[in-house]
Amino acid sequence: MKIAIVQYNAGNTRSVQYALQRFGITPEITADPDRLRAADKVIFPGVGEASSAMKFLREHQLDLVIKELKQPVLGICLGMQLMCRHSEEGNVKGLGIFSNSVKRFPSQENSGFKVPHMGWNTLSSCQGRLFKGLPEAPFVYYVHSFYAEIGTSTVATTDYILPFSAALYKDNFYALQFHPEKSGVDGELIMRNFLELTI
Amino acid sequence: MLTKRIVPCLDIKDGRTVKGVNFVALKDAGDPVELAARYAEQGADELVFLDITATHEKRKTLVHLVEQVAAAINIPFTVGGGVSSIDDVQALLSSGADKISVNSAAFKRPELINELAGNFGSQCVVLAVDVKREQDDWIVYLNGGRLSTGKSAIAWIQEAVDRGAGELLLTSMDHDGTKSGFAVEFTALISELVEVPVIASGGAGNETHFVEVFTRGKADAALAAGIFHYGEVTIPQLKSKLAQHQIPVRL
Repeated sequence: MKIAIVQYNAGNTRSVQYALQRFGITPEITADPDRLRAADKVIFPGVGEASSAMKFLREHQLDLVIKELKQPVLGICLGMQLMCRHSEEGNVKGLGIFSNSVKRFPSQENSGFKVPHMGWNTLSSCQGRLFKGLPEAPFVYYVHSFYAEIGTSTVATTDYILPFSAALYKDNFYALQFHPEKSGVDGELIMRNFLELTI
Repeated sequence: MLTKRIVPCLDIKDGRTVKGVNFVALKDAGDPVELAARYAEQGADELVFLDITATHEKRKTLVHLVEQVAAAINIPFTVGGGVSSIDDVQALLSSGADKISVNSAAFKRPELINELAGNFGSQCVVLAVDVKREQDDWIVYLNGGRLSTGKSAIAWIQEAVDRGAGELLLTSMDHDGTKSGFAVEFTALISELVEVPVIASGGAGNETHFVEVFTRGKADAALAAGIFHYGEVTIPQLKSKLAQHQIPVRL
């Protein structure tokens, strides 16, 4: 199975690469449109800032390439936020795969909660194949200050200050706000479920 | 609900853990990768690797170790000890570390925090601060508590957070190694002062100390080394005790 990881300026692609290697898969890390199109599955990770990441994707025409991929695609963290319609981070238009918009958590002053949302939290209302075989309310690891609002594509939620989209799904596109590659055995199961998908 | 984090710390010298460990069925007590994997299995929420290797040359072994740890474990980990430049941080992050902790180098040149946050994001910049109580203030110490800066920890922490530190690792040198409990008042003071998460460190001796630092101390995470290495407190027992006190933990 050929797995490609999208290479761009907001990577911590390394931790995803290591997680795949634990499953015996050596992914290809590439920004080449043809290589991405030719992969069996594509992972779109990301740690960084939304507007500079989108600028890079547009400059390299990766925005169009990702949107038009036909195989299963998994966005993680910033990758998921960039797949949404719009992000408040840098007030930037996203890929628009999901109609959700991405907002900043209210500050501690207003909410009494710390931002970023950092650490382990539980998933609720999990639907779909990615969550097959998981225990009820599994714990996953989060680090983020922005969140995707709940919408028609939401297939799992987490509550921090307010309920937000922990996972999104539409057609061949899957997206997770948490880091499955850092979420212990439950995170590994979610990644394995993605790797086993067939369209 | 967001849970409180339990963070075992491994001191590393020349690529090996230096404090002895007392784990049943551990093949090599000095192998950081094996120990890290064991803690991850037991339910540790994160790990910290603190490199105390003296020479620059030997520090290259740290990068190799980080690669091995990243390949083996499936929870987040922080690497610190002697980190002083963007190049250091780049090497550790690209080897698979999730976060980097900075201490003396950031105090001596605070712009380092801006540079690291700007290049890699605040989420991976942990500011480690060692403090001692002097009269009514808490004073920043460097070099593992041997060198007083004379500067108030509160002012320094506020400045560092404004510059982009994304998390704080607070160690009370008065409590470290005493097993008499964490610096609860100081931890609470800082946790209420800043918006970023606070990891309390120094003084853990029993399960009740963790209950105190998570309730009165308002810590987001608590770090310990010796009591975990020697099996005086095990992570599953600790977490079940915390749960009994209605403290949210990942079980």
